[in-house]
Amino acid sequence: MVKELLKGNIAIAEAAVRAGLQAYFGYPITPQTELLEYLSKRMPELGRTFVQAESELGAINMVYGAACTGVRVMSSSSSPGISLMMEGLSYIAGTELPVVLIDVMRGGPGLGNIAPSQQDYNQIVHGGGHGDYYPIVLAPANIQEAIDLTVLAFDLAEKYRSIVIVLLDGSLGQMMEPAELPPMQPLRESYPEWATRGAIGRERRIHTSIYLNPVEQEKTNLRILQRWQEVKKNEVRYKSYFLEDAEYVVIGFGTAGRVALSAVRAARAEGNKVGLLRPVTLAPFPAQQIEALAGSSKGILVVEMNSGQMLDDVMACVKGRTPVHFYGRPGGIVPLPDEVLVEIHRMTEKSGRLNGHPRDQWLERMVQHI
Amino acid sequence: MVTDTEITVYHRPATLTDLGTHYCPGCTHGIAHRLVAEVIDEMGLRETTIGVASVGCSVFAYNYFDFDFVQAPHGRAPAMATGIKRVLSDRIVFTYQGDGDLASIGMGEIVAAAGRGENITVIFINNANYGMTGGQMAPTTLPGMKTTSSPNGRDVESQGYPIRTAELLATQEGAGYIVRRSLHDPKNIRLAKKAIRLAFETQVRGLGFSLVELLSSCPTNWGMDPVDALRWIEQNMIPYFPINDFKVHPVIASLRI
Repeated sequence: MVKELLKGNIAIAEAAVRAGLQAYFGYPITPQTELLEYLSKRMPELGRTFVQAESELGAINMVYGAACTGVRVMSSSSSPGISLMMEGLSYIAGTELPVVLIDVMRGGPGLGNIAPSQQDYNQIVHGGGHGDYYPIVLAPANIQEAIDLTVLAFDLAEKYRSIVIVLLDGSLGQMMEPAELPPMQPLRESYPEWATRGAIGRERRIHTSIYLNPVEQEKTNLRILQRWQEVKKNEVRYKSYFLEDAEYVVIGFGTAGRVALSAVRAARAEGNKVGLLRPVTLAPFPAQQIEALAGSSKGILVVEMNSGQMLDDVMACVKGRTPVHFYGRPGGIVPLPDEVLVEIHRMTEKSGRLNGHPRDQWLERMVQHI
Repeated sequence: MVTDTEITVYHRPATLTDLGTHYCPGCTHGIAHRLVAEVIDEMGLRETTIGVASVGCSVFAYNYFDFDFVQAPHGRAPAMATGIKRVLSDRIVFTYQGDGDLASIGMGEIVAAAGRGENITVIFINNANYGMTGGQMAPTTLPGMKTTSSPNGRDVESQGYPIRTAELLATQEGAGYIVRRSLHDPKNIRLAKKAIRLAFETQVRGLGFSLVELLSSCPTNWGMDPVDALRWIEQNMIPYFPINDFKVHPVIASLRI
């Protein structure tokens, strides 16, 4: 295979096709629409299923139905559309079905805008739909990673009968980069023992998420949690840069992590011993790695394109052992490397305890933007 | 002529599981279930049918049918059925939905499915109220009808008019078979069964979206005994929800079953 110049949304769509995607159901919303448009042509020409649904509610429930039959199925949307899918995601989680969802985040809350953002972190990572359930969340920072993680998403979804969400911001959906697509995988020919495909020569099968007897519901909840423990044990993924001798650590995912890497390189060029941890799996979260860094570093700076959502998860790992700083640009603004470098300087020059919560301190500095 | 041997002329359909239902005494869900199972048996579709249960009294419909079944979120059964049918186009996919599920929260999904000409069958139970939650006003509640959320009777000025689902969906080009029947007496039950058969025949022939609206009783929430409830269907529901064929594909119209 050779590298091609690919747009993020198209690259993800084609990666899914090559990973054996059998059915896609979606609804147009910027900045993910090219994904749907691409598949509206690509899927039918391969004899595979494509439906433009009447809404995101329709789309996610079509996904739900198709997932019951054991096929590789996917939908994609962006923040407001993802909110509409939360009902369906909770049902899919409660029914323990493998499903892949692409969320190309935009600015919000509300209708917000169509600029790149990481506003969906809490909704995606910590639920959003009702109930105790744990989607696997993958966060690419470039087009190649978006391709690779999309392919991985299908394997993980089936391995753990889980929802897997590829979470990226609008800039990754829209930008073009050279990247290599995977080879075309053959479509699956056999189906799992749980698939409802018509009871041909066998007893009936049922897919449901209702357990009216709380004892049975609790069993299901515990089974789902047990499976999640396996995911946490096996599937933590992250990228580390310059961490071997780092005195200070920057943590950011997706585009924020990528921007932070430029700032970290600039800080290194100045002689500052700064490194970067970029979580690739937001769930399971690289908690052990962050705990270790908390013990070995003089300070941690969290950079996000929101008002500090992953920040809370980082602080839960740090447990007060090292000062945590925060820098975020919510609303659809991508921070520049220079802005992050200023924050790195602030951290390295002002060692020691901080007064108050890092988000509060950051907000004081952000007054100029209000 | 008297014979020595007994011949079974009426038996439980093979695809109706040997399980007592959770439905209230006098409720016509049991009849509707039986009719669906008889049709599936007669058409030999047990191994190729996948049912989609909805939210409401029939949420546990899957317990009573001996074929593959899934259970959908409130109102979303047509979307879920679409997902199944589109990947398994040679299977028979039907939803079983009540009026709160289909005509209120699920109106978007049902109209879109009909509009797409989705080749699925819908069994639609209209009993003029939300049964499972204890008898609240539904989109099908008749003007002046008292429910737990229209205690003074449905006031059309503030609470609007009942929705005639079959008539509405029959306007869709993608619909192949849309009729309304009633379950209030044996004659109408026989007609209902024939309609269910024709709805499934529509799907088998790939003629588009099919729906049978069944006027049904809810003695518990209506506060009536079962016989009075059946009479109430005839006297009050049918005048507003006429029994009729609203759309029948010519191929189905010419079918002799």
